[in-house]
Amino acid sequence: MEQITQISLIDVDYSTINSVTGPLIFVEGVHDVAYGEMVELVSPVGEKRTGQVLEVTEKMALVQVFEGTQGLDAKKTRVKFKGEVAKIDTSVELLGRVLNGIGEPIDGGPKVLPEKRLPIIGSPINPSARDAPRDFIQTGISAIDGLNTLVRGQKLPIFSGAGLPANEITAQIINQAKVRGEAEEFAIVFGAMGITHREASFFEHSFARTGALRRVVFFLNLADDPTIERIVTPRCALTVAEFLAFEYEMQVLVILTDMTNYCEALREISTAREEVPGRRGYPGYMYTDLATIYERAGRVKGKKGSITQLLILTMPDDDITHPIPDLTGYITEGQLVLSRHLHRRGILPPFDVLPCLSRLMNLGIGAGKTREDHRGVANQLYAAYAKGRDLRRLVAIIGEEALSELDRKYLKFADDFEKNFIAQGADEDRSIERTLGIGWELLSVLPTEELKQVKREHIEKYYPKKTAVSS
Amino acid sequence: MLKGLIAKISGPVVIAKEMRGAKMYDVVKVGRLGLIGEIIRLDEDQATIQVYEDTSGLVVGEDVTSTEQPLLIELGPGLLSSVYDGIQRRLPELFQEHGSYITRGVSTYALPRDKKWGFIPTVKKGEHLTGGDAVGYVMETETIKHKIMVPPGVEGEIKEIYQGEFTVTDVVAVLNNGVEIKLMQAWPARVGRPYKKKLDPDSLFVSGQRIIDTFFPVPQGGNAIIPGGFGTGKTVMEQTLAKWSEADIIIYVGCGERGNEMTEVLVEFPELIDPRTKKPLIQRTVLVANTSNMPVAAREASIYTGITLAEYYRDMGYRVALMADSTSRWGEALREVSGRMEEMPGEEGYPAYLATRLSNFYERSGRVICSGSKEERTGSVTVVGAVSPPGGDFSEPMTQNSLRITGTFWALDTDLAHRRHFPAISWLKSYSLYLPLIQDWARANIASDWKETRDKAMAILQEETELQEIVQLVGPDALPEDKKLVLEVARMLREDYLQQFAFHEIDGFCPPIKQYWMLRVILNYYGLSLEALRRGVVLHQILGLPLKTEISRMKELPLDKAVDNLKDINERVTKEITILEAM
Repeated sequence: MEQITQISLIDVDYSTINSVTGPLIFVEGVHDVAYGEMVELVSPVGEKRTGQVLEVTEKMALVQVFEGTQGLDAKKTRVKFKGEVAKIDTSVELLGRVLNGIGEPIDGGPKVLPEKRLPIIGSPINPSARDAPRDFIQTGISAIDGLNTLVRGQKLPIFSGAGLPANEITAQIINQAKVRGEAEEFAIVFGAMGITHREASFFEHSFARTGALRRVVFFLNLADDPTIERIVTPRCALTVAEFLAFEYEMQVLVILTDMTNYCEALREISTAREEVPGRRGYPGYMYTDLATIYERAGRVKGKKGSITQLLILTMPDDDITHPIPDLTGYITEGQLVLSRHLHRRGILPPFDVLPCLSRLMNLGIGAGKTREDHRGVANQLYAAYAKGRDLRRLVAIIGEEALSELDRKYLKFADDFEKNFIAQGADEDRSIERTLGIGWELLSVLPTEELKQVKREHIEKYYPKKTAVSS
Repeated sequence: MLKGLIAKISGPVVIAKEMRGAKMYDVVKVGRLGLIGEIIRLDEDQATIQVYEDTSGLVVGEDVTSTEQPLLIELGPGLLSSVYDGIQRRLPELFQEHGSYITRGVSTYALPRDKKWGFIPTVKKGEHLTGGDAVGYVMETETIKHKIMVPPGVEGEIKEIYQGEFTVTDVVAVLNNGVEIKLMQAWPARVGRPYKKKLDPDSLFVSGQRIIDTFFPVPQGGNAIIPGGFGTGKTVMEQTLAKWSEADIIIYVGCGERGNEMTEVLVEFPELIDPRTKKPLIQRTVLVANTSNMPVAAREASIYTGITLAEYYRDMGYRVALMADSTSRWGEALREVSGRMEEMPGEEGYPAYLATRLSNFYERSGRVICSGSKEERTGSVTVVGAVSPPGGDFSEPMTQNSLRITGTFWALDTDLAHRRHFPAISWLKSYSLYLPLIQDWARANIASDWKETRDKAMAILQEETELQEIVQLVGPDALPEDKKLVLEVARMLREDYLQQFAFHEIDGFCPPIKQYWMLRVILNYYGLSLEALRRGVVLHQILGLPLKTEISRMKELPLDKAVDNLKDINERVTKEITILEAM
């Protein structure tokens, strides 16, 4: 997006604020103000704030103030329109730096010399310019690699609940993720929206422990930072990510946490604008708004770099039909869902694999990528586990004795599957062969004729022979 | 040129003043960049405009120029294999000329201007023609004969007619009243193209999907909706239908959906071969891609762009299928623009005219006698719309309003999807109102007892649901043997018949005749087993037969020999179960 050309030669300050409601101010008598333009405000005590134009008419501009409106008045506060839409200075030097939610360094380090100043509202990628994601990312976690494979350029959220270990899982993924047989430059862009100091330092320590810190750009909007700032944090993070991916050809992993806080901020502004609310008070355009964030993942033809997004969101009251996880699920390419029930039983990581999905899985697996039996094994594990779970419910009513011998095998399968396949150590890095091996091991409690999802030749090749000692 | 000034900007909605004389739905250029927009409300000299591009940076007071024409869709040879955005800009050309991101204020011709097409006239001088009559044709692909038709509303005698190589803007015929006929014509997107008469749809739209063709069929010229929560397989189903269903032309509208999904289509379709024409699938496909992050107003337009293209090929006498994924995103675009216009909201913030707009859209499907005075052609537009209900809850306005006007309901079930039963179409909730219309066709083209076979299988699935409730209370052992058999056969129907892996090299498309014989085998197994039980045979004996494995592999039988093989299996079923004796 280009510079707005109609900037007057004299900087005009307005002190014509008409009203202040919540995070919004109305400025009267403005001229040549652009939609989306950035605004600088100076409070009566000389404190600087930033804002952005949300609506503009001939007489008035509606401005959202990122740092909140406390201390602003309708008399002395000065407003300056900066003549450009929201932009961020990008540079490869940002790697290893900590920035606030709107992209200003807060780590006390030297000033970053900008290589490019880019608008944070990214233009949509032309669908014709997109390259299909296809590189398998091995995370070393069986529930992901085996059943919901992540590929480069994908956007995959983790649907967590309050108190569930989404952060620990994310840290494990970051530490272990690799595309096999390649040593390419990677970078992590971490956008924190309203997370606590404790969570932020957990990630910092985790990066430091593995030596990844130099490769990370931190955007920190903590829980006690201004709420409205969160609206721009993910966009700043993605703009830097795009710069690194498509100018420096790096493989960028973007982590945005916690999207729930972002959506709350969106709702706050919408309410202050007195817009017609959609479900649960969230604005009707939340789908479109989230899409402009999530759709910035991907690969582009002719460029080596890629942007993979890992999004963390907390389902309010573990409700997957809540508008935030719901709209997210409609945009992202699958979802990883955590289960309180498994967590309580000590199955870690507590992936509830039945509602989990990776839509791009088929692009990243199979012969030459993972292994030719991958699809079949995954389908079979799913089918068998679903059956085992059903039987559990039945057993609760009629008792295990009433089950047939085969059903009892399924029941045992479901238990073993949770214990041996889903559960794994926080540092356990399983290769895909190991993951599939465990899968076959588990399936071998079932007779071969039950394995309908697997091709016959794969059964012959991989089904553990009865003589093999189970590990 | 009518010119005005920007007076207000709020997201994709811009208000311009000094616009007296502008017409509703005229296309305007907004601001210095010339962003494309459309007038959606007039109030004295003020025009409310929905802008098809991002409005950041627009300044109050910039110019607004009206083109004084509605949103026109270019129709002519060169549409097939194209990839358009919601307002018919060519995405590959935008990519080549302007880079990987869609920049603002750019445009392309919808039809390539430099390409020459070999035009063969089919009328002579002096012939009297009316709108819809073909003056000739060009071969758009090796298999699609693209008729060059007199535009609707035009009439006259042929004064000049040419033959040879022409570009889309060249004149190929002139009428005595001076009207020039070119290879290309334009038509306003929001207006349905005329036809002579609407007919009842009476032949099956063969989808190759067993749950659809057997249980909830849609006819050529019918319409269907496929609602489901995320991850239930809407997009996979739309794509599968676009790939394998029996239609001459496919219009695929990616409306507010994922960018990577469009990429998948773009990568796959040129490589996949249409089994009927042996040509790449892309040659019968037009893609309209307006992904979720592209401007919301253009998303609203994409549905109309798609259906106009579909009607154009229908008018040539083709069987066209339009896949709209997802109509909910279109509804949301309506809602967003309506909200910005500060209209009084209806249910869940959707505008009160949602139902009207939806019916206008779905009623553009249908089987028709095409307009024209010469040959009598029938063409059809079949519409399959995906619906994405929030939280998978079908009581929301988009699903409910769509249900009232469409004929087929394929309800996707989250529970089935979680256990990886795909296609996750629920056989309990779905329905098709077209069954009576296509029965005769099925009887003539598939089997005389098609309907009875289908109904029998459905009854078993229904009975299973009731039995499952009992099992949940008392356990399976409490059931009598014949009911246990019902459960077993229902399981077969579910796993060995209804489940169909969309990406399977053989089973991705299952022709109706194979579907019928697969069902016959299972029902034969059931009927004979029931008799055997009455003879005193125990269920265990029957289930012990190796037939079960064979039935479970029926899907994988190669298509060319499938019917013979299935008949063999059927005979074996008969033989092996009838010889069973009571122990």
